[in-house]
Amino acid sequence: MQRETAVRIEHLTKRFGAFTAASDVTLDVAQGEIFGFLGPNGAGKSTTIRILCGLLAPTSGRAVVSGFDVAKEPEKVKASIGYMSQKFSLYDDLTVEENLEFFAGVYGVPADRRAARMQYALDMAELADERTRLTRLLAGGWKQRLALGCAILHEPPVIFLDEPTSGVDPVARRAFWDLINDLSHQGKTVFVTTHYMEEAEYCNRIALMYKGKVIALGTPAALREQLRSDELPEPTMEDVFVRYIEQEDAKA
Amino acid sequence: MNPARVKEIVRKEFHQSFREPRLRAMMIVPPILQFLVFGFVVNLDVERSRLAWLDQDNTPASRELRAAFEGSTYFEVTHTPATQKALEDLLDRDAIHSGIVVPPQFGEDLARGRATSIQILVEGSNSNTASIIANYVRDVVRTFSAGQLNEWVRQKRAGRPGVIRLNAPGIDLQQRVWYNPELRSRNYFIPGVAVNIITLVTLMLTAMAIVREKEIGTMEQLMVTPIRPSELMLGKTLPFALVGLLDFSLIVALGMIVFRIPFQGSGLLLLLGAILFLFSTLGVGMFISTVSHTQQQAIMATFFFFQPAFMLSGFAFPIRNMPEIVQWITYLNPLRYFITICRGVLLKGSGLNVLWPEYLALAVFGIAIMSFSASRFRKRLD
Repeated sequence: MQRETAVRIEHLTKRFGAFTAASDVTLDVAQGEIFGFLGPNGAGKSTTIRILCGLLAPTSGRAVVSGFDVAKEPEKVKASIGYMSQKFSLYDDLTVEENLEFFAGVYGVPADRRAARMQYALDMAELADERTRLTRLLAGGWKQRLALGCAILHEPPVIFLDEPTSGVDPVARRAFWDLINDLSHQGKTVFVTTHYMEEAEYCNRIALMYKGKVIALGTPAALREQLRSDELPEPTMEDVFVRYIEQEDAKA
Repeated sequence: MNPARVKEIVRKEFHQSFREPRLRAMMIVPPILQFLVFGFVVNLDVERSRLAWLDQDNTPASRELRAAFEGSTYFEVTHTPATQKALEDLLDRDAIHSGIVVPPQFGEDLARGRATSIQILVEGSNSNTASIIANYVRDVVRTFSAGQLNEWVRQKRAGRPGVIRLNAPGIDLQQRVWYNPELRSRNYFIPGVAVNIITLVTLMLTAMAIVREKEIGTMEQLMVTPIRPSELMLGKTLPFALVGLLDFSLIVALGMIVFRIPFQGSGLLLLLGAILFLFSTLGVGMFISTVSHTQQQAIMATFFFFQPAFMLSGFAFPIRNMPEIVQWITYLNPLRYFITICRGVLLKGSGLNVLWPEYLALAVFGIAIMSFSASRFRKRLD
């Protein structure tokens, strides 16, 4: 099946003064794909995602999201993406319902679709019985799903999730990945960063990022396959990661 | 500009700020309490000042002079030291504001129609109060000596035919004080107190509301939505503009009821002034939020602006007394214009025909600082 490109990144570089946060990143993500960005903290994953969301301007290179250049048409990009940041970023002092209403309003969800979209988000987050609860009183996993619900109210074709599962218990993490899978089945492109190696297996393709560079790119199975040898007949994602980082450090 | 998005932000701010009774009260109660306390404090009028009386003469004439002081509402004889040394000691200990020494011979000099003198000692560390007290002393003594002169003339002429003129010739000064006939210093200060309170409340609320969103991370979430910077600014300031206007109206009403401040002019004109003024404070608050990353920084920056704005507003220290270069700086201070407007409208009943330069200055300053802050307010993190 021929699928359209949802995100195209070409030679993207971002410098903060003398520090290079992202260096010559090039990759394509197809529509409906779950694309994982893996790497240790400070590898440049969040910086790259923020450029793709129009929050940071690239120093050089180009990125196109949903057909719009992020540097030239950031407002159009913003209307066609959903973004969930690393920090929990809903209003703690609003109720579940008020958070949803607010984001539906600022994203301009049409009035006739609003009730249905809010109901969808409430069902997805399993918060239908908690509509009038203050958000600060929700448990971590629920907050996470509410944040995702708020980010996709306007049915964006591309969704960026920056470390969505950090600080959430394993059961809630598993449930969250089920939601990501559902979105992918609906044809949404999901771009997700994580530093949990086992979560790489849930992605269609992954990029390993280290010191601002993409050092490996492919399906989880293919990356593991490359590493298979007599001493290491069943390499894990962690093995893959360690091997690539060692190679990279040896080059330097 | 999309009004629907502005409305969403305003609605969110109201939900956040007014849900809890405690938060709601925070916007109204502290400004009102401050106003009531400060309103009672800002008073330079001298009433019942403490006076020490050292009478070295002790004649009917000296007792009459003392009675003249005690009859005045400005003095109360609280001490009667026996020696000059004891009187000076009272001054040293701040027990009295002033002291009067009536020398021996005072009664005798008067009886013989000779010139005589008394000594007055004034505690001068607050020069303003000291000069007011010295003036009141002079008034009492002048009245007393005019009475003595009349009495003397009457006695000299007693027994002669003809009408007795009791008034010595002289110039009778007919004094009329306009706008504040009782010369209550509070009338002058209260408008300034009101303006200062409104300034601090609206500056703080705006700066904090935006910086708080930066701190908790929701600002980043807002930046990936299609909200435009101008919509965000408007949505963020409108609720606090309303709070500011409400506080200001309550304070003016309390000023009239509790402190008997006159309201001579037009209420609409005062409201227009307040709206223009809020452009400035909200604009400055907005600017502070663009240069601050944390709430602590925002508080520091707020006071960095507020302290000089307060001192250079003409609230207590007349601008015409300032060095010329500082006077020029006050033209950049929106508080200066709004205090002039408040005093003009409240005390004098002035209209736009007089106050238009102040209104114009506020409008220009407000729009300039608002646009400047808006231009700095980008939807980027870098």
